[in-house]
Amino acid sequence: MKKIGVVRFLGTNCDRDIWQACEARGHEPVWLWHEDQFDINTVDAVIIPGGFSYGDYLRCGAIAAKSPVMKSVTEFAKAGCPVLGICNGFQILCEVGLLPGVLVANDHGKFIDTWVELKQENACQPWAGEKMNCRLPVAHGEGRYQLSEQELALVKERGQVWWSYKENPNGSVESIAGVMNENKNVAGLMPHPERAMFDWMGGNDGFSFF
Amino acid sequence: MKVAVKILPRNEVLDSQGRTVEKTLNSHNYPVSNCRVGKYIELEVEASSAEEAQQKVKAMAEFILFNPMTESYQLEVL
Repeated sequence: MKKIGVVRFLGTNCDRDIWQACEARGHEPVWLWHEDQFDINTVDAVIIPGGFSYGDYLRCGAIAAKSPVMKSVTEFAKAGCPVLGICNGFQILCEVGLLPGVLVANDHGKFIDTWVELKQENACQPWAGEKMNCRLPVAHGEGRYQLSEQELALVKERGQVWWSYKENPNGSVESIAGVMNENKNVAGLMPHPERAMFDWMGGNDGFSFF
Repeated sequence: MKVAVKILPRNEVLDSQGRTVEKTLNSHNYPVSNCRVGKYIELEVEASSAEEAQQKVKAMAEFILFNPMTESYQLEVL
């Protein structure tokens, strides 16, 4: 059993889902409030759930990246501890610089809410996913992953690409759906594993992520 | 001719984005007040004088670019 910190910003809306996903796997979730810093020795892992933190003001993730809680998350990540960002959490981790790249508006300009097929490119030990292929829901308007050619070459060489879409739904470079940092303790992805925990949810491929 | 259209929420309208940006800056030791967040649009029009360009873009602004109930705008010929 792990103690998992679940970060809550104003506008986070997948927090309860993450909480339940953690409990379903026998972990002990604890809330981490955006205005507070936390002692990094008090949790074993941190998850940043999806939503629209601070109303996506300025850019998605921009204000959240400067919040007190992210100071502690950065310290926690730099100490090599596991951090997972899902959807808006992924956008925040990119904005704060813990993950490479940036997420911009989908190439077709539409919000997508559907299920996607994913392929695991490289393993991310702390956030399991023993499945090489999985099917998960996506729900985003700004999920198009972008980074410069040089950075992309580096990210690929270091094996930092975590998941890629089998069919690119948003124009992401090389169909990338999720990436890791160089150390592979920090990971982010646009699809929502917490929304695919049990068969009655439409699929259970998300179960192995937590 | 290049024209800039600057659109801001009207003073009497609550600008929650401006407030959030102001609060974030203040909490990181960048003291600011009255922060408002709006839109900036740059476009090119065929015109033989700055006045003509202004007039054309004013019509566009009133047609669609801003909502007079919640926003105000300024034009600038660049």
